[in-house]
Amino acid sequence: MIFRIFEKEELKKLFEVFVAHNRVVGAVEAGRDRDDQPVYAFSDVSDYNEIKLDYSITKLPAKRFFLPFKEELATFRIENDNWTKDISYNIDRPLILFGLHPCDINALNKLDKVLLHSVYPMPYYAAKRKNMFIVGMNCVPQPSCFCRSMGTDTALHGFDMFITDLGGRYFVEILTNTAFNFLRHIRTMEPMEEDHILYMKVVEKRKKEFTAQVDTTDLTKILDMEFQSDVWKYWGDRCLACGTCASVCPTCYCYGVEETVDINLKGAKKTKILHSCNLIDFAEVAGGHNFRPERHSRLKYRYYHKHRGFVEAFEESLCVGCGRCGESCLAGITVPEVIESIRADGKE
Amino acid sequence: MDPELKFVDIAAQPYRQQQRRDDLKSFEYSYRAEITSIYPLTEMETLYRIQIVDPEERNRFVFTPGQFLMLELPGIDEAPFSISSSASVRGEVELCIRRVGNLTNFLPRVKRGTHVGIRGPFGTGFPMKEMHGQNVILVAGGLGLVPLRSPIAYVMENRSHFNKVNIVYGTKTPSQLLFTHQHEMWRKDDIDLNIIVQKADRSWKGPSGLITEPLKEILTGKDRDYYHNTYAIVCGPPVMFKFVCNMLNEFHIPMQKMFVSLERRMHCGMGKCCRCNVGSTYTCLKGPVFDYWTVMNLKEAI
Repeated sequence: MIFRIFEKEELKKLFEVFVAHNRVVGAVEAGRDRDDQPVYAFSDVSDYNEIKLDYSITKLPAKRFFLPFKEELATFRIENDNWTKDISYNIDRPLILFGLHPCDINALNKLDKVLLHSVYPMPYYAAKRKNMFIVGMNCVPQPSCFCRSMGTDTALHGFDMFITDLGGRYFVEILTNTAFNFLRHIRTMEPMEEDHILYMKVVEKRKKEFTAQVDTTDLTKILDMEFQSDVWKYWGDRCLACGTCASVCPTCYCYGVEETVDINLKGAKKTKILHSCNLIDFAEVAGGHNFRPERHSRLKYRYYHKHRGFVEAFEESLCVGCGRCGESCLAGITVPEVIESIRADGKE
Repeated sequence: MDPELKFVDIAAQPYRQQQRRDDLKSFEYSYRAEITSIYPLTEMETLYRIQIVDPEERNRFVFTPGQFLMLELPGIDEAPFSISSSASVRGEVELCIRRVGNLTNFLPRVKRGTHVGIRGPFGTGFPMKEMHGQNVILVAGGLGLVPLRSPIAYVMENRSHFNKVNIVYGTKTPSQLLFTHQHEMWRKDDIDLNIIVQKADRSWKGPSGLITEPLKEILTGKDRDYYHNTYAIVCGPPVMFKFVCNMLNEFHIPMQKMFVSLERRMHCGMGKCCRCNVGSTYTCLKGPVFDYWTVMNLKEAI
């Protein structure tokens, strides 16, 4: 891996090189919450001052830039009794994601496994992914972050360059040739031994700032053993089955497909809409039979998919521990609490 | 050192149909197909014969009994259907469709000659070749006969490769019986067909009761050799699976020789939408045909 170091004011220059020729998305302050705390969101940016480099966490992940909530899979032109199908992957230019935190980078790495590197890769995702340049940036751990327990507090790959604030200067890891070429537009230096030491100190300090954690040892087995546990019913009774957790999740990719006829009857659309396994109709089949009619069975399925099934298929969980679902849950259900309660129930 | 990123245009790449499972462009690729015949079977179910329009594509469309496809009516809906016809006919399939949803309620308005889209075939099939030299019991409840018609066609076409073949078929009422025009044909091919209905009406001459009754009769009194060399194919409503599989299990039909076809509402067929997941196993990729050992390891499968 190639490392460089650069002065703080150089970052602005780098941003300007990016933005002069490309579409850039970064974290901005979208508003204030009732405690007057900033609410951050990923958004298109053209002005460096708009970007919040020290953002805590965005309410929503950057998902809409690679898995939009609603996306046209195909359009149809209908003439008399005949039809023609047109397919577009809905992207026409590259995108720079500026300042993505390790959890969100790891979320992309996880999604790649199922959407890109499995059978029947998904072109709608692939087209966006292959046209994405990622500038990673280290975060300040928040009370709700349990990424360290999920092994996603650092990103080893899945970015083009990754920036760590060393206080006075920035330390950058360079993974791709494209990133290297971009950095030629600003002044960078070879890091010295003292920079390495400083980097290690910063990493060590950040490590200590994580507070939330969850024990995932043997979780796949525990989930199997506690499949009939009443604890699921307890959480199921609290769950409102609203699907908010899925919409704020950086790794939730489940969807449904809907077809509609244009109002002029000359065309039709096939639309993919992200779904949530907590919604009542998720596992309903033709004729009305529902394989998961109760809230607790759907909530359980969600944990099963994320923390067992995905592990079985890809040797890792489909959760990056960003804590967004717990923060947004109207019933206050958090992943560490649910997993802890399942584990505790097993011990009784 | 151009500071403008280059756009990678996946859409401009050619479609490699031979590598369908790995090619990005296969995802939304559908074969244009024509409805060539419409044959009403019961009040609720109709048999549609659908043929791929392009002769070359027709030749490429190969499936195994048990697989399913996605049928699309542009602007109406797209839904999964088991292929219900012989796998030795290329590029032409028969789908037996009950009127229950968006797409299937619209279908009665569709005329012969209408063009539809089909994607697939998807999923696993029944391992028919493995069954050569063995006995086969096919158990179907209600619409469960639909996916079994393809393995039945295989058995008929290769009858000499199989020993004893039984079909046990049950429906709620006699009027719901499917493919009645073919029952005699199956029997003539030395296939033992047992039909049972839950509620008989005046016209019904056959037995009434639960599907496990004729199954029990078939299984009782056979020797070890029979049980060990018998394959079972089961498809029906969720409640039927449990009773039938338990009974087959009691008679020691080997678990790896018992196959079920599970019903789920796929939205993609390609392991992406998660709507067909059982536990977190994709029914569309690892199924819909599973052996019973796998089903036992799935939570809430049946």
